Amino acid sequence: MSHETDTRDPGDVGPGFMDAAGLTIREGIVRCAVGFVLASALTAASFSVLNTSLIWGPGIPVALVVLAIAQIGVHLVFFLHITTAPDNTNNVLALAFGVLIVALLIGGSLWIMDNLNQRMMPMHEIMQMQR
Amino acid sequence: MSATDTSLQALDPYRVGRGRDWLSAGGVGIGHVDATGHGEGGPASKRVIVSFGFWIFILSDIVMFSAFFAAHAVLQTAAAGGPSGRELFNWWSIVLQTACLLASSFTCGLSAVATEARNQLWTQLALLVTGVLGLAFLVLEVRDFTGMVMQGAGPQRSAFLSSLFAVVGLHGLHVSAGVLWLGTMMAQVFVKGFRPDILRRLVCFNLFWHALDIIWVALFTIVYLIGLGR
Repeated sequence: MSHETDTRDPGDVGPGFMDAAGLTIREGIVRCAVGFVLASALTAASFSVLNTSLIWGPGIPVALVVLAIAQIGVHLVFFLHITTAPDNTNNVLALAFGVLIVALLIGGSLWIMDNLNQRMMPMHEIMQMQR
Repeated sequence: MSATDTSLQALDPYRVGRGRDWLSAGGVGIGHVDATGHGEGGPASKRVIVSFGFWIFILSDIVMFSAFFAAHAVLQTAAAGGPSGRELFNWWSIVLQTACLLASSFTCGLSAVATEARNQLWTQLALLVTGVLGLAFLVLEVRDFTGMVMQGAGPQRSAFLSSLFAVVGLHGLHVSAGVLWLGTMMAQVFVKGFRPDILRRLVCFNLFWHALDIIWVALFTIVYLIGLGR
């Protein structure tokens, strides 16, 4: 059995393959364009959040993170062609593991460092003790 | 077979993730399953293995980036009396960089469509536009960086700036490598045509370029937009 072909595997696709949904050329272009429009809209929303008073000040970082996660989802679906179909199981599982590690690393760092910051004595008190 | 048996079977890890043939048969009638890469169906083709392997690399690259992001998020307010992001960041430069990278992701997707159609001219054109937009992004970023260093706000000024230059610079290095790779891919497609090995490399390049844009989304959100609000 030769592996040196570019034929389609039944029921198994790699990430970034266009043949997952059996798209025609036209549909492929439309899918790209839809992704581009959605991603542009989300980017524009992110950049305009800072300049409007639509969102309550302290909530802005949360809104920005939500918009970023939505845009990353758009990129995964429309540009990388990741789907929830059974032929994508391997790709989605690898992605889920990556997301877990990233969440642990960033969330854990922020949590621990914020906690340490709160436990730390304010700087002017440290200065007073050194006198 | 009773209804509970079927639902239990659907939860059986051995049967989860079977090919669409098995699902289209209603999830019953296990005979032979053709889906490759899911255990019983045999090994996946080289095409799937290569792109999946590169997917693993991309994800591990993102894990490395997340460490840089975590460092920057922790140190974002540690300006040590030096300039903060609000004083340093150039709004329009960031907007333009984002537009360049997003448009290049779009044209990169178009090049994949042209490759799927085995169309040499459109593949080359789409890749060329992708590369030009990538270069424009790099020029803007280098201009920003030199401007900051000239103001005395280089990476040695504060922990905030060290982590900023580290995470943005790392992304810039990835884009530079991507532009070089793109040039070699254009040459290979031109000289060797759409051979199976060239097609596999094109899929990997596409994954890499889209991953760069995904990282940029996290970057402009965490470093620039949240940094401007601090």
